[in-house]
Amino acid sequence: MEIIKKYPKVFQWLFLLVVFFALCFAIDVPETYKFIRGQAEFIKDPNQSTFVFLGKEVRYYAFDVFWRLPPLLGWLPIWINDSLFFLMNEWMPMEFWNEDTQEFKTRPLLLQISRNLTAFMTFLIELIREILLGGLETIVAFTSWDFIDAYPWAELPGLPWTIVAAGFAILSYKLSGKGLAIFAGLTMVYISIFGQWKPSMQTLSFILVAAPLSFAFGLGLGIAAFKSKRVEKALYPILLVMQTMPQYAVLVPALVLFGVGDHAAVIITMVVAIPPMILLTLLGLRAIPPEVIEAGRMSGCTNWQLMFKVLIPTARRDILIGVNQVIMVCFSMAVISAFIGAKGLGFNLLLALNQLNIGLALEAGLCISLIAILLDKMSLAWANKQIDYFGNLTFYQRNKNLIFFGGAFIIGILLAYIGSFYFKEGFNYLFEVPHNKGISTADFWNKGVDWIFETFFVYIKAFNTWLIQEVLQPMRALYLRMPAVATLVLVVGAGYLIGGIRSALVVCALTLFIALSPWWDRALVTTYMATFGVIISCIIGFTVGTLCFQNKNSAKFMLGVCDIFQTFPSFVYLIPVMMLFGITDTSVLIAVIVYATIPATRYTIEGLRSVPAGLHDAATMSGVNKFQRLTKIEFPLAFPHMMLGLNQTIVFALFMVIIGAFIGTEDLGQYILKALSDKNGAGIGLTLGICVAFIGLIFDNLIRTYVGKRKKHLGID
Amino acid sequence: MSEAVIKCENVYKIFGSNAQKMLQDANGNVDAKTFQENGCIVGVNDASFEVSKGEMLVVMGLSGSGKSTLLRCISRLTEATGGKIFIEGQDLLKLNNKELINLRRNKMGMVFQSFALLPHKTVVENIAFPLQIKGIKTEDSISKAMDMVKLVGLDGRENYFPRELSGGQQQRVGIARSLAVEPDIWFLDEPFSALDPLIRKEMQDEFLRLQEKLQKTIMFITHDFDEALKLADRIAIMKDGIIEQLDTPANIVLNPATEYVKKFTEEVPREKVLTIEDVMDRSDSVSSDLKVLKDEIIENVAEKILTQEKSVSVIDQNNKVVGSINPSKIIQTVFGGRKSNN
Repeated sequence: MEIIKKYPKVFQWLFLLVVFFALCFAIDVPETYKFIRGQAEFIKDPNQSTFVFLGKEVRYYAFDVFWRLPPLLGWLPIWINDSLFFLMNEWMPMEFWNEDTQEFKTRPLLLQISRNLTAFMTFLIELIREILLGGLETIVAFTSWDFIDAYPWAELPGLPWTIVAAGFAILSYKLSGKGLAIFAGLTMVYISIFGQWKPSMQTLSFILVAAPLSFAFGLGLGIAAFKSKRVEKALYPILLVMQTMPQYAVLVPALVLFGVGDHAAVIITMVVAIPPMILLTLLGLRAIPPEVIEAGRMSGCTNWQLMFKVLIPTARRDILIGVNQVIMVCFSMAVISAFIGAKGLGFNLLLALNQLNIGLALEAGLCISLIAILLDKMSLAWANKQIDYFGNLTFYQRNKNLIFFGGAFIIGILLAYIGSFYFKEGFNYLFEVPHNKGISTADFWNKGVDWIFETFFVYIKAFNTWLIQEVLQPMRALYLRMPAVATLVLVVGAGYLIGGIRSALVVCALTLFIALSPWWDRALVTTYMATFGVIISCIIGFTVGTLCFQNKNSAKFMLGVCDIFQTFPSFVYLIPVMMLFGITDTSVLIAVIVYATIPATRYTIEGLRSVPAGLHDAATMSGVNKFQRLTKIEFPLAFPHMMLGLNQTIVFALFMVIIGAFIGTEDLGQYILKALSDKNGAGIGLTLGICVAFIGLIFDNLIRTYVGKRKKHLGID
Repeated sequence: MSEAVIKCENVYKIFGSNAQKMLQDANGNVDAKTFQENGCIVGVNDASFEVSKGEMLVVMGLSGSGKSTLLRCISRLTEATGGKIFIEGQDLLKLNNKELINLRRNKMGMVFQSFALLPHKTVVENIAFPLQIKGIKTEDSISKAMDMVKLVGLDGRENYFPRELSGGQQQRVGIARSLAVEPDIWFLDEPFSALDPLIRKEMQDEFLRLQEKLQKTIMFITHDFDEALKLADRIAIMKDGIIEQLDTPANIVLNPATEYVKKFTEEVPREKVLTIEDVMDRSDSVSSDLKVLKDEIIENVAEKILTQEKSVSVIDQNNKVVGSINPSKIIQTVFGGRKSNN
């Protein structure tokens, strides 16, 4: 009894585990139960039970309620689908004027809106694309095809690649300095020489449309949320779900609403990119000292003046960090959007991966990574750049960069003009190096991969077999063996022990949603893969982080490495693992581990760093050695921050597991991928996305609550 | 007394969701404890006072005493829960948003503890900010701001950014900004509290010099009793939202109204605060060789008086004898009436 009183929490946890295992053993596996492969839910099977809800018939395999809850939410995807269909095709038919046929036409309102929106987006993308690459769609949009036929010179010529490269270098120089300028220049030259210019510019034009729009909307909504508590409360749950929703689950509804292509991708990219912008705007505005706001008021600012002359300039840095986030999200979406037909680097990457042409994939991937690093560094440099005083400068000093760009522009055009004589036959390499006509190293890489396969095949195969048979299969079986009720008890109990009744209720609702959806088994598989990835990632991340922390330079170096790796769109990680391990679960898991190790490492180092220097000195004066200091002082204090790292690790791992479906896994991701090619996939895709988001949110809620309490306990903010 | 520029009548500020209703129910009898039990916090409790033209009222109190809240009610940065506030006869709480903005643009200036400068603007742009907000042309506002830069002694640094200045310099910018529109009423919210002691003293002297020149109506907030004594025409001492005593520095030191006020006055070196007039004997008009002016601070003349054996006559500006002072009175003032622990 004494012991129980001394460590009440430990015994509560033990009790919870005992109940959980008791339930696991008490509830038998039903004889008819088997993991459903493929899309058996949609095939009529006489063994299936059905129920009708809201006029929708839902089919499912019935089990003991203790074993698997019935999919009471099975109607949800069907209902979402039907609703979308109704909204798009039947709701509010109205008369619209049609320019082409010169007559009124009846169309449902939403369809018309969607068409107008897509037309607008298409126009914007084409405009920027044609400025970069040349073309005639923009001119046609203002005139007609007949006009172009009559005056064939009237198409936009496109910028020679030399000018764009110079532009990037000069902009980088202005934002940061020589180093970044050289990097930008070299990146652009690399892209051009290796024949990736066209897809790169397509991707860039995509970002140039999506990012500013996302920025504007995000800033607006962020301001609205800052001004009104009600708006903030309404936005909050959406922001939360969007942060843990796998990016590619949102692609599916976009398909239904806006069709296939760049325009649909841009619109859905905005949906993904706006939430982080809102959050950072809100964060920045909140961080403004109240006295600055009061000073603005006392200067006699109207609300408008206060917002645009005082608040936004003061929150400049946070807002620009938001821009950085927006750009990075847009970029990663630009790559993933290849699944719904967006052109650019992602499309080439997807094509190469589908053909198993690892060499080509690697080239596209390298391009993607380089551009990602460049965009990240440039936007961060912008955020960190401090405004200087320009009053005393001469005209030349003030407009130096603009003048240089003007010079580069003229030289670029001259070069392209000269090139048109020099390269009379074939392609003008000084204007644009056509796709796949540049230098290619694909063969070299392909041969390399072949060589690796031939040489190490036996070992890789042996490792693969061992991992799958000895580790993964048993683990997966264990997860699937958990009765639904036992899982629920475990999760809700953990919620109660960590955060009290409130946390328990939140977690219970989230878990129930997944349990009552038709994909509980799949969710378990997703969780098992994520868990495996997270465990290994944490072990690696915490170890590497702790080791690197021992030395200032290595810590800094490691954080830099994390920065760079984090900018790569998750899809890129699949290339090297496919190269080495082929198409297996192992590949996915290794990609998961590599990807999820980044936050684990970063947060470990940051957490250890945040231990106040005064405590170090105090510890040293108490005569601790290095190891004692680590275990007695640094770990306990850094622990909350490291737990936040765990939270990020889980989110990263989930993202990668879902994308791993592309390689072939049997989890929720597989269904999302299938929904992409399904005419009626929107509802399924969305519901699946929410399921994944909820898995993330369950852990998020538990960890955040725990960290909050722990931080309060330790008295650190 | 000249006309009241700021006038407060029974001003209350109560934080909490149903503050308005609770205040009505309390019927002018606000007890902080019962309010707290009902989830309300009393910021300002029944404040009534006047500040006349050219006067400096220093509101002194420890943190949480409601002094800043009171100031923010009068500048209407927060809305008072109850009571009336008049600025030059205008009912402040009845002004609409436009009128309020107008009032702030022309009549009020405020200085903040943490300087509250705009980080993206240079010194001169910060100072010109209230003028530009008013809609004054850029060149005019900048030239006006340059005058202010000179006034606070920052010439040569007008193109620096706040991040490049020391705390004292930043507060000079804050002061210049608050004066840019030439307001009649000047609010200062602990302007020197964030500064080092030496810089603080320098800034206080500078501030007194400015006030001598400008003669603004001032409300000055501080938690430093010495600062209050040094600067104030009158001091209001606040505790838990209530003004405990409002009087001239000398009267507060001589006759503390409550035990709380007494705690502050006990440690005060009286000879530095009181004038001869405060301690002289009015009835006895002796005529001695040594004559002292009645407005002299005791410290400055104590040595002279103590060389005398008999009472010394006290005169006013017109050389008329108004009273006398005995050397023993000086000794009593300096050493008497303090805590007698040892």
